[in-house]
Amino acid sequence: MTPYGSFTFFFILAVLLAPTVILGLKGKRFHTYNMFVSIIALGIIFSSSINQAVALIVFTIWQVVLIKVYIAYRKKNNGNTIFYFAVILSILPLVLSKMLPYFSVVNFVGFLGISYLTFKGTQLIMETRDGLIKKDLPLSRLLYYILFFPTISSGPIDRYRRFDKDLEVGISGEQYQLLLYEGLNKIFLGFLYKFIIGYSINHFFITNLRFIAHSHFEHQLYYMYAYSLYLFFDFAGYSAFAIGVSYIMGIKSPENFNKPFLSRNIKDFWNRWHMSLSFWFRDYVYMRFVFWMTKKKWIKNRNLLSNLGYILLFLLMGIWHGLEVQYIIYGVYHALLMVAYNSFERFNKKHKWWPQNKVTHIIAIIITFHVICFGFYIFSGQLFHKGV
Amino acid sequence: MDFKNEVISLLAEICQDDIVKENPDIDLFDAGLLDSFGTVELLVQVEERFGILVPITEFDRDVWNTPNNIAIQLADMQ
Repeated sequence: MTPYGSFTFFFILAVLLAPTVILGLKGKRFHTYNMFVSIIALGIIFSSSINQAVALIVFTIWQVVLIKVYIAYRKKNNGNTIFYFAVILSILPLVLSKMLPYFSVVNFVGFLGISYLTFKGTQLIMETRDGLIKKDLPLSRLLYYILFFPTISSGPIDRYRRFDKDLEVGISGEQYQLLLYEGLNKIFLGFLYKFIIGYSINHFFITNLRFIAHSHFEHQLYYMYAYSLYLFFDFAGYSAFAIGVSYIMGIKSPENFNKPFLSRNIKDFWNRWHMSLSFWFRDYVYMRFVFWMTKKKWIKNRNLLSNLGYILLFLLMGIWHGLEVQYIIYGVYHALLMVAYNSFERFNKKHKWWPQNKVTHIIAIIITFHVICFGFYIFSGQLFHKGV
Repeated sequence: MDFKNEVISLLAEICQDDIVKENPDIDLFDAGLLDSFGTVELLVQVEERFGILVPITEFDRDVWNTPNNIAIQLADMQ
């Protein structure tokens, strides 16, 4: 069953989470019960495909063993090669699942959510390397973190230390009441976004485009804007469900969207769109790359270094979405935008060519909006699949 | 010069703006004075000058947001 895909799913959730709500309102601890709920929910989500269920179990064992072994190793040693090796092993299942369809008919490695779960595993390896995770992690917590069902299919991508804090903290009945209210609010926002607005854009506009548009160009143009809005409402709606259910379970999963269509520039956009993903790439790819290069003094030119960092980040992000040509070009497009914006920002700092006021702010938002929509148009694959 | 002032003058160098000295409670990220790149430069300099190693993921923008707060965090880690 697809998470949040049908009202049946929400109905099952309501039944499963009723004891959580009662415990929460009474100010009692509920995480042990929630772990039990997570197992049941995973069973329901993956019951339709035994292949995927097996792949998920094997993947989880793989990650847990890798993390445990690396933590044990890191207590005594801190070799570079072992660290790189651990990172490679941690992303290996994802790489295999993306490559395999090109070589084999059956994909026995992939399952719903593998792209998102990989981030959690890799992140733990990196934070252990940084010395931020020193103690051995309790197995139940580690499993609960990796397999936390509300966010399993498409995030938001949480961080272990943040998640762990939520498990530690005691929640009083009054505090839980607020959390429950916020969670329900988010779930209803999700209904509005995904099942009303997103659904309507797709059902009434996109699928009828051939009757609405008068020319090929018009068709593509309408599609570009409609698809961009659809993508936002669908994904932000899903995220609101995932975050809302997390709140009800006493876990404050991070936000994924912050009014992305009001971004002033492309840099601002990446602080507002799919935030848990872009922050992951910022912290674990871009900043690490820049830090490493600065320390080794391999690249001294600051602009070149920053631009190379952006190119690396967005190419990886593109490939992560899939190996199809539209995702790679989407990555290249955003890499080029960031490089161009970087130069503009530097130029403007010196020459003060673009003043900061209300009018320029609005113009900046409008320009950024169209540039972003073109990016989603590339992402949609419409350019590369003629006649769809 | 005490530690707090040293941190603030390092920030002024990295942000290339003396406003951080005049207003040490300014939010560096909101004001566009510091970004990811600036943050890395800061962390490299902090390690070189003060010998304090701050892992990148320890730098939470909600906590390390103003010159004063950064100085407090670094003083804690000294």
